[in-house]
Amino acid sequence: MKEYQTITEISGPLVYAEVDEAIGYDEIVEIETAQGETLRGQVLESSEDVVAIQVFEGTSGIDRDASVRFLGETMKMPVTEDLLGRVLDGSGRPIDDGPEIVPEERQDIVGAAINPYSREYPEEFIETGVSAIDGMNTLVRGQKLPIFSSSGQPHSELAMQIARQASVPEEEEGGDDEEGSEFAVIFGAMGITQEEANEFMEDFERTGALERSVVFMNLADDPAVERTVTPRMVLTTAEYLAFEKDYHVLVILTDMTNYCEALREIGAAREEVPGRRGYPGYMYTDLAQLYERAGRIKGRDGSVTQIPILTMPGDDDTHPIPDLTGYITEGQIYVDPDLNSQGLQPPINVLPSLSRLMDDGIGEGLTREDHADVKDQMFAAYAEGEDLRDLVNIVGREALSELDNKYLDFADAFESEFIDQGFEQNRDIEETLSIGWDLLSMLPKDALNRIDEEFIEEYYREDDSEREVVEAAD
Amino acid sequence: MSKADTTDAATDSGVIQSVSGPVVTARDLDARMNDVVYVGDEGLMGEVIEIEGDLTTVQVYEETSGVGPGEPVENTGEPLSVDLGPGMLDAIYDGVQRPLDVLEGKMGSPYLDRGVDAPGIDLEEEWEFEPEVAEGDVVEPGDVVGVVEETVTIDHKVMVPPDYEGGEVVAVESGSFDVTETVVELDNGEEVSMHQEWPVREARPANDKKTPRTPLVSGQRILDGLFPIAKGGTAAIPGPFGSGKTVTQHQLAKYADADIIVYVGCGERGNEMTEVIEDFPELEDPANGNPLMARTSLIANTSNMPVAARESCIYTGITIAEYYRDMGYDVALMADSTSRWAEAMREISSRLEEMPGEEGYPAYLAARLAQFYERAGYFENINGTEGSVSAIGAVSPPGGDFSEPVTQNTLRIVKTFWALDADLAERRHFPSINWNESYSLYKDQLDPWFEDEVADDWAERRQWAVDVLDEETELQEIVQLVGKDALPDDQQLTLEVARYLREAYLQQNAFHPVDTFCPPEKTYLMLTTIQTFNDEAFDALDAGVPIEEIIDIESAPRINRIGVQEDYEEYVEDLKAEITEELRSLY
Ligand SMILES: Nc1ncnc2c1ncn2[C@@H]1O[C@H](COP(=O)(O)OP(=O)(O)O)[C@@H](O)[C@H]1O
Ligand SMILES: [Mg+2]
Repeated sequence: MKEYQTITEISGPLVYAEVDEAIGYDEIVEIETAQGETLRGQVLESSEDVVAIQVFEGTSGIDRDASVRFLGETMKMPVTEDLLGRVLDGSGRPIDDGPEIVPEERQDIVGAAINPYSREYPEEFIETGVSAIDGMNTLVRGQKLPIFSSSGQPHSELAMQIARQASVPEEEEGGDDEEGSEFAVIFGAMGITQEEANEFMEDFERTGALERSVVFMNLADDPAVERTVTPRMVLTTAEYLAFEKDYHVLVILTDMTNYCEALREIGAAREEVPGRRGYPGYMYTDLAQLYERAGRIKGRDGSVTQIPILTMPGDDDTHPIPDLTGYITEGQIYVDPDLNSQGLQPPINVLPSLSRLMDDGIGEGLTREDHADVKDQMFAAYAEGEDLRDLVNIVGREALSELDNKYLDFADAFESEFIDQGFEQNRDIEETLSIGWDLLSMLPKDALNRIDEEFIEEYYREDDSEREVVEAAD
Repeated sequence: MSKADTTDAATDSGVIQSVSGPVVTARDLDARMNDVVYVGDEGLMGEVIEIEGDLTTVQVYEETSGVGPGEPVENTGEPLSVDLGPGMLDAIYDGVQRPLDVLEGKMGSPYLDRGVDAPGIDLEEEWEFEPEVAEGDVVEPGDVVGVVEETVTIDHKVMVPPDYEGGEVVAVESGSFDVTETVVELDNGEEVSMHQEWPVREARPANDKKTPRTPLVSGQRILDGLFPIAKGGTAAIPGPFGSGKTVTQHQLAKYADADIIVYVGCGERGNEMTEVIEDFPELEDPANGNPLMARTSLIANTSNMPVAARESCIYTGITIAEYYRDMGYDVALMADSTSRWAEAMREISSRLEEMPGEEGYPAYLAARLAQFYERAGYFENINGTEGSVSAIGAVSPPGGDFSEPVTQNTLRIVKTFWALDADLAERRHFPSINWNESYSLYKDQLDPWFEDEVADDWAERRQWAVDVLDEETELQEIVQLVGKDALPDDQQLTLEVARYLREAYLQQNAFHPVDTFCPPEKTYLMLTTIQTFNDEAFDALDAGVPIEEIIDIESAPRINRIGVQEDYEEYVEDLKAEITEELRSLY
């Protein structure tokens, strides 16, 4: 391994050095400063006599005399089952007081793409215990379902609730063939505050979840460029646990917005032609290389489910970060500031939310036969009620028909009964659907045109008194 | 070049000078534009995209991490081509036509490794060749010399390649052969096998392009009923994420009455391709009950696969489509999403430091889009048969804003526009095709077909529906200000009729086993039922029946259930009678 003292230019997070041998693209680099500090970086561009290096920890402290070593390999994550229960920094080095980690393997963090032919379509219902998700936007094993939020919203609470409550119903009952497939959580923090990180850690410790978790921490005051490797470390670990050790892994990545900002910073330092709103033109591909690492693989027992969290700048979902994310992920859950200020917990707006894998994950034998119809009808009725709220402000309730008034009541009850369950309540799917029918029974049978007549027969509550209970409750 | 060439035909080799993502420059390489080259020690496949002085720029179809200067670059001297022959149906390829199932086996891993190559069609599999020419016959380029049963659904026509001269047949084989063996020999020495190659960036020749007059019947009410596309037509489906582009494309792939489907997943989700691979073999082709995969060829370059192969996958797809067109088939090609293709062009262009045009896209974006859609059409082939390629492209505008360059340049070319609408999707009105914004320029030329095949008042009824929906849009603006009850009775009734149009006719649940496919006859009957309600209800209103009573009749809500009826004819007949009876009993 050759050492160079040939740095010619330092610019933002980038260092340029002259070389006289072939250096591979993406190769790992160590830079030793005059103070004896060792910084790590990665080759971004390689030509015959000069290479561009992106330095994870930032370039401060580096001068022309710093020495540059090329390690001759791309970035690796040391993986082992012993990572469970450990807390690591954003580059995968332990920061707890635990024993040294002896890796079983060292895996390239730039995961190769899963062959679409080798995938197995995800369709196993995950019960999160949250009605707005289970009932309306069902999550399945191997799905990538981000939370679209904005700063100051309780997205972390929601993510923790999901991580705490998530289970797969049949397993609890029988647990037969799935034996050995355990559940693990991998938490990747990118640029969040110490306080937010503590909330997660406390929750993990309180519920004993830490034992079956691996935590990667890149906090707000940690190097920004490191954020571009953190999720890759996380996902490499997740893939290892899922596809080699049969775990059902739930990956929580927060906050993807900070990750994207780091990408933008590097792009700007390289003087690349920027894409929309200054973000790199390749951000779609880059994000896809993270999100597409969720899934199931034929013949393997484990799975990787991703819940990335992102805070939408200006609460605007046309911003490139949520926009590109939504184009890649299999749906999204919206945390809504208005619902939050009304005190709803969790403040999920189901209308723009979506789970694209829902249709194959619900129904007879999976959740319940009437689930799809109930969901469709509730979406339609809530949307109708939402529309009427605008109108009622102008013309008043009296000017509306009887049916319209029922839709308004439905929308209110939907929020107070169905959505606002609190961050601690865990509802099973039966309970979620049962509340759904309570609410739908506020509407006349004729209006339930999305529901099969057979299910109306079976589940519609003719009994008025039962309906009043619901109405009175709001 | 195509991967079926096993020979190492390198005409020259050079040395890597620099690597930046998918773009590699090489020194001392004697190459032409678009030549296929093998890059680095691992032999990664790439294509020459720029030549400047001694430097040749290559876009690499595989991941380049670890590749460095000094490594060799070998030129094959041939352009990027596909292998054409039996075995393309019921297959799934990556963007440069490597079969993904074969790669899985060769790599021994569910992950896509580098530097592994495989021909687009199996060179060893034997097919039963039935000749259709005899010694002494004279054949020309494009002529069919025999057939092979490729799948239960499709007879594969073996043709004289378009770039042959043709001549007199001097030898003909019959029986079991692999695709590399000669089955017909001509007097000028030309040998025809079941395998040909074609450079993907070049359209296959045809005699003539004709005006398309037959609809590509999709089984989707709003498409067939209001915005039909022709066989040989072009369509764009733009919409923000979650608005229904992929589901619409899947519905077309499942139910459109084309002979052959080429489905290109371009830079989208892996699971969406897996879904097709898992579902299609189980689903029945509505035309003949055979498995759907028997008429389908899949091309998958998912969003996490190499960007350069995303640029090429569209060409791979359209070339395969043209080849089946040459056999006289009606082919429908779906590309989901053409925006990812355009973005791949942009990414490569920016690495080449070309002068960026609008939104950073290269200045040739519009030209490339036009060239692609130009390859669609209803053709007279060089062998005299007629065949078509219909091209349907999804467009994914950033932020859902249709004013962006890919949407705008596409709309300038395509003749059918299915505008997806996030508001409709939010309220789960599916398919969320906005009926005010969408259009089909084929409507008039397809009406005669619908009038002959379905009902002679097809066009009239459609116009009625369009008028009611237009009126509803206007009335809704008033309702937003004063509420529905403030409208006069006849307008309230129009709103009620329009509601049935929206809920029963325009909405269609792709996930309902019956509603998912709606033959044009059913589409028509549904419309006539709503019109019956309309006519009878207005008569009742004229006769002085209060509007509330009309709206409240018991039978009308059953209009919303026509979609899910299998025996719809009887259901519709009964329903019309009941609606009529109930309304007439009110006065
Ligand atoms: N015709 C339809 N019937 C029922 N649901 C639909 C239909 N079209 C779209 N959807 C719903 O909308 C979701 C998003 O559709 P999709 O086609 O994946 O959107 P896009 O490709 O535009 O992002 C689907 O997962 C499905 O739940
Ligand atoms: Mg899509």
